[in-house]
Amino acid sequence: MLSFYVHIPYCIKRCGYCDFNTYTPSELQDGATLEIVSNDYIDAVLRELESAPKDQVPTIFFGGGTPSLLPAHDLGRVIKAIKARNGLTADCEITLEANPDSVTQEKLSAYLAAGFNRISFGMQSAQPHVLAVLDRTHNPANVKRAVDMARAAGFQSISVDLIYGTPGESLEDWRSTVTEALSLDIDHISAYALIVETGTKLAAQIKRGDLTMPNDDLMADMYLLVDQMCNDAGLNWYELSNWAKPGKECLHNIAYWKSANWWGLGPGAHSHVDAKRFWNVKHPTAYKQKLFAGESPIADSEDLTAEQLRDESIMLAIRMRTGLALSLLTDAAKENLEAYKSSGHLEIVGDAIQLTAQGRLIADRLVREALA
Amino acid sequence: MPAIPIAKAPQPAATNPAQIRNFCIIAHIDHGKSTLADRMLGITEVVEARNMRAQYLDRMDIERERGITIKSQAVRLPWRSGIDGQEYILNMIDTPGHVDFTYEVSRSLAACEGAVLLVDCAQGIEAQTLANLYLAMENNLTIIPVLNKIDLPNAQPDKFAAELARLIGCQPEDCLRVSGKTGDGVAELLDQIVAQIPAPVGDANAPARALIFDSVYDSYRGVVTYVRVIDGRINPREQIQMFSTGVRHEALEVGVISPEPLPSKGLGVGEVGYLITGVKDVRQSRVGDTVTNYQNPTKTALAGYKDPKPMVFSGLFPLDGADFPLLRDALDKLQLNDAALVYEPESSAALGFGFRCGFLGLLHMEIVRERLERESGISLISTAPNVVYRVMLEDGKEFIVTNPSEFPDGKINYVKEPIVKSTILAPSEYIGTIMELCQERRGTMLGMDYISEDRVEIRYTLPLAEIVFDFFDQLKSRTKGYASLDYEELGDEEGNLVKVDILLQGEAVDAFSAIVHRDKAYSYGVMMTGKLRELIPRQQFEVPIQAAIGSRIIARESIRAIRKDVLAKCYGGDISRKRKLLEKQKEGKKRMKMVGRVEVPQEAFVAALATDADIEKIKAARKQD
Repeated sequence: MLSFYVHIPYCIKRCGYCDFNTYTPSELQDGATLEIVSNDYIDAVLRELESAPKDQVPTIFFGGGTPSLLPAHDLGRVIKAIKARNGLTADCEITLEANPDSVTQEKLSAYLAAGFNRISFGMQSAQPHVLAVLDRTHNPANVKRAVDMARAAGFQSISVDLIYGTPGESLEDWRSTVTEALSLDIDHISAYALIVETGTKLAAQIKRGDLTMPNDDLMADMYLLVDQMCNDAGLNWYELSNWAKPGKECLHNIAYWKSANWWGLGPGAHSHVDAKRFWNVKHPTAYKQKLFAGESPIADSEDLTAEQLRDESIMLAIRMRTGLALSLLTDAAKENLEAYKSSGHLEIVGDAIQLTAQGRLIADRLVREALA
Repeated sequence: MPAIPIAKAPQPAATNPAQIRNFCIIAHIDHGKSTLADRMLGITEVVEARNMRAQYLDRMDIERERGITIKSQAVRLPWRSGIDGQEYILNMIDTPGHVDFTYEVSRSLAACEGAVLLVDCAQGIEAQTLANLYLAMENNLTIIPVLNKIDLPNAQPDKFAAELARLIGCQPEDCLRVSGKTGDGVAELLDQIVAQIPAPVGDANAPARALIFDSVYDSYRGVVTYVRVIDGRINPREQIQMFSTGVRHEALEVGVISPEPLPSKGLGVGEVGYLITGVKDVRQSRVGDTVTNYQNPTKTALAGYKDPKPMVFSGLFPLDGADFPLLRDALDKLQLNDAALVYEPESSAALGFGFRCGFLGLLHMEIVRERLERESGISLISTAPNVVYRVMLEDGKEFIVTNPSEFPDGKINYVKEPIVKSTILAPSEYIGTIMELCQERRGTMLGMDYISEDRVEIRYTLPLAEIVFDFFDQLKSRTKGYASLDYEELGDEEGNLVKVDILLQGEAVDAFSAIVHRDKAYSYGVMMTGKLRELIPRQQFEVPIQAAIGSRIIARESIRAIRKDVLAKCYGGDISRKRKLLEKQKEGKKRMKMVGRVEVPQEAFVAALATDADIEKIKAARKQD
């Protein structure tokens, strides 16, 4: 089996906190329309696809950037090509990341027709002042409209992404955001603590002292709140930052966390095939040039040692509800972790370690203990 | 010109003592001693103009950078007197001037018949100069008062001539006025050295007796021992003997410094020079010891020999534990050149393996640390310096404590600490400020005198521990740098002293234990617990930090349990990045120190001990990584 990630490196505008590999069309080509850029780009992606293994495909995920910026027929070309070449499993999950502002009823129907069956909206917050700090363009009311349209179009699985811990966001702000998200009657929520990446506009504002990051205690309370509210609404945590109704977990992301094989198409995209990780050149222009010149777009790669593979699986498994198999741990690690059992950070469920909500908040620390 | 070509000058081992004048220069840092010495080398033409460089005699980088003299030098200067036209040999013995090296200074003085008291006539005499002046007077040296830097626009030669005259009991007009910088008055000074300082007197036929006033390790030649011959003669190829140890060596080479080493046929009565025996360790050639002839030894040693006595102790630890063997090698090597340095291995729960080192004083400590870091490339962290305590238990057992963590438990009868007699010279406007500082630091006033109309000498007894803490920095900052300090040992005195431990989750952290006066225990405890609370990362449980005297808690802080330590996002491209971060953290975890169940990065301990200067150094090192 081989999952596919398809990177769409375009946004209408870059958000202040974002350090993803994305560009506005005008950054790339003077005067070119989005249609031209898009068509050209998809041609390159299809070239790259030719070098991927031909295993059957259980999931495809279009991320970005803003995939919903590109017309359905362009994205559809990729799905069609993968289907023709590798074959899709019967229940293949195909996700589109979408900006609530850039969708219309017609567009959503077209995506569904192109093969998408799951959609994830970047909601981030229901509070205008929080969205303003994040430098997001959308009107909070658009989210409900977009979700309703997606449901009307026939999407079976709808998710929203939320961000907490934005400068100026109170616990009450966050509570109303989560309340609003749950009121959309969706089946999946991802909630991430804001990470201030160096080089972003947000980092500069914080450095200047214009904005102040909330302290870790507030962040922790926000996490506990969303976890509690989701669970109460019947969305269970299945990964540290992800909650879903039973059967609506994102299979694509689970593939990452279970160290399955997956191929990332597009500039800067990472792949993992067997014990090897590799990643493409970062800039879309360089990426296209390489492929059209018949060269590999791979920038670099690493062959994972047995120890690295083990470290990765510990680091990923500990984040999941299915937990970390005790068999992966050394005696020293088990001894290290023992103290965290009594302090209420973890529980032993069957032959695996499962983190409590308090434990998930210090998961990185627990990983360090588990790697001993 | 009064200079005499070296080849035509009286030769070593063939110079009549009546033609010899041995002198040293007593001066404070920055008062122009090295510049004057340079000028003397130039005027007597022992150094050609084209070979001249500033601070010619200060050979160590540290000496040149700091403008201080650590090691003595002795230069043979031929000179034809402008007064009587006769040929003379002047031996200039350059000495350290710092309080840490008082013993070394006293031995240099003992090698001379006279001293030039050099005072910057824009600043006046400083406390350490005054102390060395008294030392010279006790040694019955002829003092020639000299005011330097008369070329400076703010020079006040009349004022300071009066000050010097009062101190040494001469007339103000007896003070010579020179400028080391321009050379003004330097030839006259050399003539006065000839005229005023007595020639050495000794018995040429008696068994050899020579005073060691310094010894220096040279990696090519082994130990170079500087001596002043009192009686008899030291000849090359003869067997010599060190009086204190009885050890016999062959004098492989004997010579004079002019100012490069120049082998000679020997050294006669009153002469100053060097000898080389091939030994590799300066402790075999102790300052103050008497060199004699093995076949025909003297029965009486020269007076005044003392073993070096460390006054200040501190733990030195490599920042990187893997550098411990390098540190040991560096200390071993440094000890070859520093007989006063003592050390023994020490292990600290907080800092790992290092050495407990004993020093003559704070400057000595700083110099040793700097030389270790510089010469071996190791980054070091040192624990707060402390003095030597004598602890008497009620059961009559006595402990000598050089490390606070070794302070004995049990019922204590009394604790004694070293006391010094300190002399502070300062403008009179600071009398109040200085008295206030001395009172805060448990001082007892001994007396005060005006040395000129607006400058005073204030005398206090003070616990050495207070000086070692930050007395000098405080004195300088509270008097805008105008006050100077000197001190000498007065013995031990009982003090109301307690040991304060710093406990992390109930376990004492050795590196932070301190012996302090009971009145200051609380403020030390509050300061240290507060510092550690800032520096130690949050753990999965709450960690109390306490300061305690015995079992009594005097201050308390706590580090709240950690709430959040996780990166929320972990998708495809994040995985490599995150794993690499973890690999790095795994290495970091190896550098963590465990205090009970508390995990502390070594950096936290280091930062808690570090001075501001240390922190700058650590930052600079990080930038290079």
